[in-house]
Amino acid sequence: MPNVLDLRRRIRTIRNTQQITRAMKMVAAARLRRAQEAVMSRRPYSDRMLSVLRSVAARVEQPSHPLLVERPVQRILLVLVTSDRGLCGAFNSNAIRAAQYYRAHHGEQISLLAVGRKGRDFFRRHKVAMVSEHVDWFLRPVQWAHARSLANEIAALYADESVDAVDFIYNEFKSMLSQRVRVERILPVKAVIRGSAAVAAQEPPRVDYIYEEPPAELFRTLLPRYVESQVYRALVESQAAELAARMTAMDAATNNAGELIDTLTLNLNRARQAAITKEIIEIVSGAAAQ
Amino acid sequence: MADDVLPTRLQFELATPERLLVRDWAVAVSVPGREGYLGILPGHAPLLSELKPGELTYTQDGSTHYLAVGGGFVEVLPDRVTVLADTAERAEEIDLPRAQQARRRAEDELKKSADATVDGEPAQAALARAMARLAVAARRGETRKEEQRRIAQP
Repeated sequence: MPNVLDLRRRIRTIRNTQQITRAMKMVAAARLRRAQEAVMSRRPYSDRMLSVLRSVAARVEQPSHPLLVERPVQRILLVLVTSDRGLCGAFNSNAIRAAQYYRAHHGEQISLLAVGRKGRDFFRRHKVAMVSEHVDWFLRPVQWAHARSLANEIAALYADESVDAVDFIYNEFKSMLSQRVRVERILPVKAVIRGSAAVAAQEPPRVDYIYEEPPAELFRTLLPRYVESQVYRALVESQAAELAARMTAMDAATNNAGELIDTLTLNLNRARQAAITKEIIEIVSGAAAQ
Repeated sequence: MADDVLPTRLQFELATPERLLVRDWAVAVSVPGREGYLGILPGHAPLLSELKPGELTYTQDGSTHYLAVGGGFVEVLPDRVTVLADTAERAEEIDLPRAQQARRRAEDELKKSADATVDGEPAQAALARAMARLAVAARRGETRKEEQRRIAQP
């Protein structure tokens, strides 16, 4: 029979842990609400952006831009988006596993770029070289400026032909309870504009605009912004997914701690009762012996 | 555009990458186009333009709202104006000390770039953004004044 004092001590430590997990759950829930809003409120911008970009592209004969050039894919830049903090269930390991699978199943030469401390630490531990790394973007709500700098970075690598394609691996926010790892090609852009015939079909008929500047020029300034909005979306989705994953994980941890406390309390009471019974028996048998 | 009747109102939307800032109607909109300020009234021909940092206004019956934008694009349709801004703030939201600080910093950078080989272009853009914010911040409370004036002389 375990001793009463030990049981008391264990219950106390578990209760402390439970308080921490409960607080983390609350914090994640509060931040998640903001992150979810961010996921929603970026949509008007990128939807309009895409439709404007399409109509400009239609007006430009042979749209040309370094980001549109398709080359035979020999070198791929893989951008892995993970979180900066742990304790969010399988969030990071899912993304990292997807990245490892990707690396193992692509014959092309793959270079890595890590966003988020967890992914970076993993590749550092495994002595895998990275093109660059960005950490601590997810400690606060993700900013557009972050997306912009990352977009510029990958666009520069693409434009100077260091890589022939850029793929993102990130967790997509599907619902409070589920996140899904997505692999998405961000560059080259061409496929995106032409490929979505289904989207183009439901669009209103094209309007002939007056252009303040040559369409080709406008197109050149629009396109990088479109890439920025794609990168921003990946970051925002990942942040919302991270917080949802943490909330779920911490909720489960809090419940488990509660169950553990209940079981241990039961054991404690049994142990205490056993001790009392033993004492009584000793006294009674002592008295009977006299 | 086959419509014979011109719309009398514009549906005005201003979206930044981070949020939809304004979704409202207006009778007139003025935006800082690349080649200068553009005034837009209902029934305007479809137009697409780049924006530079500056002051954006939209007018409803007698009250004008001021915003600072830091560049972007505008799409004009006869009954609708959509602004895709890189950054945008309402006059009331502008942090005046921060904008002033940004202006000083940009000016310092510019001075440095004048006598050195530092690229002055980012500083120039930052200065333009700061000036736009300051100009719009100075408009604070003007909405109401204008309204009162209209009431005085209908």
